[in-house]
Amino acid sequence: MAADGTEPKVETSPKVSDEVRCTTCYMCACRCGINVHLREDADGKMKVRYIEGNRRHPVNKGVLCAKGSAGIMQHYSPARLRKPLKRVGERGAGEFQEIEWDEALQIATGWLEAVRQDDPKKLAFFTGRDQSQSFTSWWAQQYGTPNYAAHGGFCSVNMAAGGIYTLGGAFWEFGSPDWDRTKLFMVFGVAEDHDSNPIKAGIGKLKTAGGRVIGVNPVRTGYNAVADEWVGITPGTDGLFILAMVHELLRSGHVDIEYLSRWTNAGYLVERSPGERFGLFTRDKDDKPLVWDLNTGEAVPFDTPGTKPALKGEFPSVEGGRCVPVFELMARKYLEPEYAPEAVAEKCGISAATIKRLAAEIADIAFNQAFEIPCEWTDFRGEKHLSFKGRPVSFHAMRGISAHSNGFQTCRALHILQLLLGAVETPGSFRFKPPYPKPVEAHPAPHANSVPGSPLNGPHLGFPRSPDDLAIEDDGTAKRIDKAFTWENPLSSHGMMHMVISNAYAGDPYPIDVLFMYMANMSWNSSMNTKGVIEMLTAKRDDGEYVIPKIIYSDAYSSEMVAYSDLILPDTTYLERHDCISLLDRPIGEIDAACDAIRWPVVEPDRDVRGFQSALLDLGARLSLPGFVNDDGSAKYADYADYMVNHQRRPGVGPLAGWRGNGGGEGRGEPNPDQLQRYIENGGFWECHIPDKARFMKPFNMEYQDWAVERGFFDKPFPYVFQLYAEPLRKFQMAAEGYGDKLPPEHLRDRLQMAMDPLPVWWEPFEGMQVDNSEFPYHAITQRPAAMYHAWGSQNAWLRQIHGENPLYVPGPIMEAHGLEDGGWARVSSHHGSIVVPIRRMEAVNCKTMWSWNAIGKREGAWALGDGAPETTRGFLLNHLIHELLPPKGDGLRWSNSDPVTGQAAWYDLRVKIEPAEEHEASEPRVSAQKSPVGQGPEDLAYGEEWK
Amino acid sequence: MTTLPDSTQKKLGLVIDLDICVGCHACAVNCKEWNTGGYGSALSDQDAYGAEATGTWLNRIHTYEVTPDHGPAQIIHFPKSCLHCEDAPCVTVCPTGASYKRAEDGIVLVNEDACMGCGLCAWACPYGARELDAKAGVMKKCTLCVDRIYNENLPEEDRVPACVRACPAGARHFGDLGDPDSEVNQIVADRGGFGLMVEQGTKPVNRYLPPRPRDAHESSPVDLVELAEPEAKGFLGWLDRALEKVG
Amino acid sequence: MHPAPSLIFFTVLSGLGLGLIISLGFGFGPQDQGFALVACFLALAITGGGGSLSVLHLANPKNAWRAFSQWRSSWLSREACLMVATMGLFALYAAIWVFSGYRLWGLGLLAATLALSTVYATAMIYAQIKAVPTWSFTPTPALFLTLSIVGGIITCRLLQGIFGDTGEAWHVLPAIAVAAGVSIWWTTQAAGAGRTATGSSIASATGLGRQGQVRLFEGPHTGRNYLLDEMAYRIGRKRAFELRRIGAYVGFLIPLALAVIALFTSSWLLLAVLVCHIAGVMALRWLFFAEAEHVQALYYGQE
Ligand SMILES: Nc1nc2c(c(=O)[nH]1)N[C@H]1C(S)=C(S)[C@@H](COP(=O)(O)OP(=O)(O)OC[C@H]3O[C@@H](n4cnc5c(=O)[nH]c(N)nc54)[C@H](O)[C@@H]3O)O[C@H]1N2
Ligand SMILES: Nc1nc2c(c(=O)[nH]1)N[C@H]1C(S)=C(S)[C@@H](COP(=O)(O)OP(=O)(O)OC[C@H]3O[C@@H](n4cnc5c(=O)[nH]c(N)nc54)[C@H](O)[C@@H]3O)O[C@H]1N2
Ligand code: SF4
Ligand code: SF4
Ligand code: SF4
Ligand code: SF4
Ligand code: SF4
Ligand SMILES: [Mo]
Repeated sequence: MAADGTEPKVETSPKVSDEVRCTTCYMCACRCGINVHLREDADGKMKVRYIEGNRRHPVNKGVLCAKGSAGIMQHYSPARLRKPLKRVGERGAGEFQEIEWDEALQIATGWLEAVRQDDPKKLAFFTGRDQSQSFTSWWAQQYGTPNYAAHGGFCSVNMAAGGIYTLGGAFWEFGSPDWDRTKLFMVFGVAEDHDSNPIKAGIGKLKTAGGRVIGVNPVRTGYNAVADEWVGITPGTDGLFILAMVHELLRSGHVDIEYLSRWTNAGYLVERSPGERFGLFTRDKDDKPLVWDLNTGEAVPFDTPGTKPALKGEFPSVEGGRCVPVFELMARKYLEPEYAPEAVAEKCGISAATIKRLAAEIADIAFNQAFEIPCEWTDFRGEKHLSFKGRPVSFHAMRGISAHSNGFQTCRALHILQLLLGAVETPGSFRFKPPYPKPVEAHPAPHANSVPGSPLNGPHLGFPRSPDDLAIEDDGTAKRIDKAFTWENPLSSHGMMHMVISNAYAGDPYPIDVLFMYMANMSWNSSMNTKGVIEMLTAKRDDGEYVIPKIIYSDAYSSEMVAYSDLILPDTTYLERHDCISLLDRPIGEIDAACDAIRWPVVEPDRDVRGFQSALLDLGARLSLPGFVNDDGSAKYADYADYMVNHQRRPGVGPLAGWRGNGGGEGRGEPNPDQLQRYIENGGFWECHIPDKARFMKPFNMEYQDWAVERGFFDKPFPYVFQLYAEPLRKFQMAAEGYGDKLPPEHLRDRLQMAMDPLPVWWEPFEGMQVDNSEFPYHAITQRPAAMYHAWGSQNAWLRQIHGENPLYVPGPIMEAHGLEDGGWARVSSHHGSIVVPIRRMEAVNCKTMWSWNAIGKREGAWALGDGAPETTRGFLLNHLIHELLPPKGDGLRWSNSDPVTGQAAWYDLRVKIEPAEEHEASEPRVSAQKSPVGQGPEDLAYGEEWK
Repeated sequence: MTTLPDSTQKKLGLVIDLDICVGCHACAVNCKEWNTGGYGSALSDQDAYGAEATGTWLNRIHTYEVTPDHGPAQIIHFPKSCLHCEDAPCVTVCPTGASYKRAEDGIVLVNEDACMGCGLCAWACPYGARELDAKAGVMKKCTLCVDRIYNENLPEEDRVPACVRACPAGARHFGDLGDPDSEVNQIVADRGGFGLMVEQGTKPVNRYLPPRPRDAHESSPVDLVELAEPEAKGFLGWLDRALEKVG
Repeated sequence: MHPAPSLIFFTVLSGLGLGLIISLGFGFGPQDQGFALVACFLALAITGGGGSLSVLHLANPKNAWRAFSQWRSSWLSREACLMVATMGLFALYAAIWVFSGYRLWGLGLLAATLALSTVYATAMIYAQIKAVPTWSFTPTPALFLTLSIVGGIITCRLLQGIFGDTGEAWHVLPAIAVAAGVSIWWTTQAAGAGRTATGSSIASATGLGRQGQVRLFEGPHTGRNYLLDEMAYRIGRKRAFELRRIGAYVGFLIPLALAVIALFTSSWLLLAVLVCHIAGVMALRWLFFAEAEHVQALYYGQE
């Protein structure tokens, strides 16, 4: 109280802001809705006073994570680039000259025009944390280079591909647990994930309602810390663990026979007579797979009404051979003793008893707590149903599974487990977000035929159905610089960004002239073998020219990659530009609604920067790419906002689905000039609820199919059943057996035989298989910190106080075994390299696994950080230990350190040894400092003073 | 003067659920974001981009490793801010009268216009819930968002602390812990909520909900085989019968 | 706790000055007006000088004046008020003595009592902090009072010696002995009054004790912060032991020896006694802060 003895008067209703503008967060790919409070400062400039979650937004429903809450510091970061930059010093030095936009775009046009007329392949255009892939890929397609992809190849393509080939949708963003109805949630290998806020909200809701969370993860932090049960699995063994549970469920008959026979290909008849059809489905003349109908005793198309498919037995195939239902093949395979809990327990580091108990618990909840939602609906066979059967068990998985060289098949194994329980698209289980699910057939196949001066023959990325879809020349060499869609990784549906720099450096399959990148810190935390990559980026030919001659890069901040680029196109921050989160792209749908959203300039840039998409449109026009210019050669789109409204991919279908045509159009309709205004009025997003009858069983539910077609997700109904048995994989396997005209090289045949199994299998992660496990006995992995986003959180004055450095967390037993000291230093080595880092002791972790937070380590001079910043002295990257190639094998060949099916980078296969090291003043290896084109951040901050 | 009110009409405070707190730091950062532009002086940061970065925070998230007698070690995330104690020693020690507890709702506040920055109240707090701002030279602490919870410029639903509104997991609750019928008191009763370091005699108002037992398997069902029909004729035999049942 | 120089000098010097006021107020020392002038001036100067040092500790001194407002509840406020009252009253007493030669014993006693309460208030600022058992579980008031009184006696005897009156010079010996005794007593108490003395532990601090053994895994931030700088000060055992030895020798043993010699030689030697004693007390006062353990550090994994 005040000196006079009375309580001071507190202003309890102070003014908060002058205006609130609703847009979409971009501190990560969760893309939550935010209310940006703006308030005038002393000199009348609108400044961001406060950012809060948008309560009405389907994704975050009002909540906001640490990164989003630190958006102010991100937006006003001292590391923001201010003007286009032209490199004047050596690559890597960070010496630049500021230039005008017109000059920058002219330089770029000059480089790109020449390449396009000569050989479009010589441009490699790769984008990282890109949220406009449908646009950037379209640009690349019109330009004509086959060398385009986003970052999915090193991120989580295993989840995407595993999901699409099995379910027609993936964990990775395209589905979610039915949080309101699920009673058991089992999460594999997730620290944060893209769906970061919804997962936190879901776990909170589920546990508060008395539900159970089981965390399968070598490390018990974050979601796994709050899990009711923690399964501290040994890295790389999830496939075995899952298939052992499958074994248990099959052995005890805890599988949803009805679900399997109706909604999966369990009944499809598989050719068993030796020959070039062995393992393929037997089909009728219009190519429909057949099932054996127990009612009529004959083979009928799978979608015939009223069929009761046989799940076991041997039957005649159309081709006169013998065939067996998928289910019997699967059951026989997984009932083999090699999949018994006892057989896998030791490898997984999980006792057989635990595996059995978990299988029992899952089955118990799935079947004994099943429920029904009364609701009439009709399936694609025309059969009517009176209710949706609920299965209250849900699963989720991410990079803990995908970032291994066996991730694709492990992901499929998990989907098989879900399907055996009838726990996909049923109430209470894992359900899809429109526009998903979509079967493989609804997706394009890859295209890679480039012709000078003209567009590519089709979209770059897709889902190969057979070897015919591979992107290889007749002599077998790769058409793409990243060697995606080759025999080394046939189903690399997201491309392989992590191979681009090393392949371009090696000129294998061919040299390139221009490397054009967007939003990816490829010279640092985004690459394996960081130091090696830096050497490749700076390597010169005899004639003094860089081996990778020209590098154009768009970043918004002074990152490590900026220093290694020749021409910088400075982007705006997420609060300063137009952007669309489109259904054509990685949408933000919810399980009960289709949604998309926009970003718009809620504050004006105070620097000479441009939204990258607008700059790319300008480049497209300067190159007069088809679709970017009018007949008179003038630019077709003024900027990205114009494109978002007026571009049409298919007649009536554009980047934004909301308020089309006269404003009433949902998904389809003519461009609507006030579309953006309508989005802004609605809080920056569009949400279209699925009618009750259409909410569940989407792939089979005609109400959903018709609803989806009306909204333009696809042009005709696309019902299908889930694929326990993946026939496309079998086609590659057959090629490996010597069938067909496109055959893999000898040295890859055994590997393809193993990897392309149409039923999920497990193999030892490659690095573990190839290095001497007695020399490298331990696993080393990274985790996403909840309060950091990769590299870019470190320029954030608030977040860097939370994670300014990253010790390596080492299990107690390992500390003791090697006389390591808590808080001391250690040298950690892999087959490729070694690092010296600070260490800390931890018990709640798999006893063979050490880990650290990802991407905290920084290069001196980057991110406008001051000298001796802890990120550069006590921070480090595990990337220095991980190589994009595995050690040479007997045959002298080096396989890439990735999944043999998809090419997914196998970050978490890493094997290491550890020994004590004396105290260092900085972690090793140390990369020399880069000059900062933006100077260093200010000493002190007192944000908000202006309003006092 | 800095004598404590004999009683307060309300005991506003926070209830934090350690069972679902994932330690994401959202509450701490959102707290800083709201308050640096809110009540009193800004929450300053020193050497913000340098080697010794530090700053003023009103809420910080600790992480503990707990090793039970049986079962694997656990990680528990632990947010901590001012507990708005009933017998707040930080108030009575204050020589200037800047530190006080509101009679109306029990919120413990610092009147920055009167604070001389002696730091004694921070010494008196057993919980480390007060931080002297290096730039403003005044004591900062959790205000329970006194400038939000009654703020007529905010929509009704938003008149809650910033940290509560932000928390993605829903691990933070706000309410009157003095009212036995309040929602927060219900939760505290149901979950056996506890106060911190009660032996310090500060009578903290905030409550923490204990983590539910981890890795406890009693609840889980008996062996799967017992759930299943006898395996007499083996799996494929069972399959026949199962198929009979299907439509 | 962080051993802030401003606080060390403030507490020791103001204690000394107030100690001298106590001696003089109780009527020690000769009637001699010259003595009165010097002694009283010194008393006020040291007290005032020491007192003003405390302002250096304030992050926002412009509000220092408000510290006089909360005497009803706050020991720091009481200390401020009492110190001013003491100095005022003593100044009056001194003025009358110096100018008229009269020592109004009533006024003197009053000033002395106020001085005693001021020292007590200073001690209570620390002794009241339950969160720091090292201060609250120990006879801190006795420590501060004794050291203050003894410092006063030494100074008083030094001055009167200089003014040719060596009458009660021997008083210094038992005084220093008592000071040493009380210091040892306090230290033995403090040794047993660590962070956990109040029954607090990382288990009770987090409430997670019931789950099992609790240890800090990750602090809230990787960098430093005010709480750690201010209330989690760490000092090596060896360093502390060394300092305590120095404190004991320089603060008590050497002064005792010198004081004995002084009895047979010159009173001027008492100056050395005083300087030594004060230096020693400063060292111990540094430890008084540096070794004090705050319970909040339990949250940061310090047990
Ligand atoms: N806050 C924050 N959120 C982010 C990001 C970020 O940087 N910060 N990044 C975004 C991006 S790009 C991505 S790709 C997603 C990734 O989302 P996550 O998949 O959550 O990312 P990771 O941190 O790689 O998590 C991998 C988890 O798997 C565990 N793990 C490792 N190996 C194994 C294994 O063999 N088996 C099992 N069961 N677990 C294993 C690790 O301990 C870790 O917990 O997160 C996105 N969201
Ligand atoms: N050891 C290890 N390494 C990993 C991983 C791992 O788990 N462990 N995870 C891998 C995965 S999954 C991924 S996705 C990558 C992620 O790694 P990156 O894709 O490199 O992600 P960031 O580090 O965030 O870098 C993105 C770049 O975009 C820039 N940027 C930020 N905002 C904007 C903007 O608005 N516009 C533009 N133009 N640029 C912007 C940033 O400044 C930064 O330079 O890391 C990979 N690397
Ligand atoms: S999860 Fe956080 S960072 Fe990601 S979009 Fe949502 S609020 Fe922004
Ligand atoms: S926001 Fe919620 S979940 Fe995150 S740390 Fe704070 S309380 Fe825990
Ligand atoms: S927690 Fe500390 S600051 Fe808050 S009221 Fe209690 S004692 Fe005072
Ligand atoms: S720092 Fe301010 S509030 Fe705290 S005790 Fe001192 S004057 Fe009072
Ligand atoms: S109540 Fe307000 S001030 Fe207190 S911790 Fe929460 S957000 Fe911060
Ligand atoms: Mo990623």
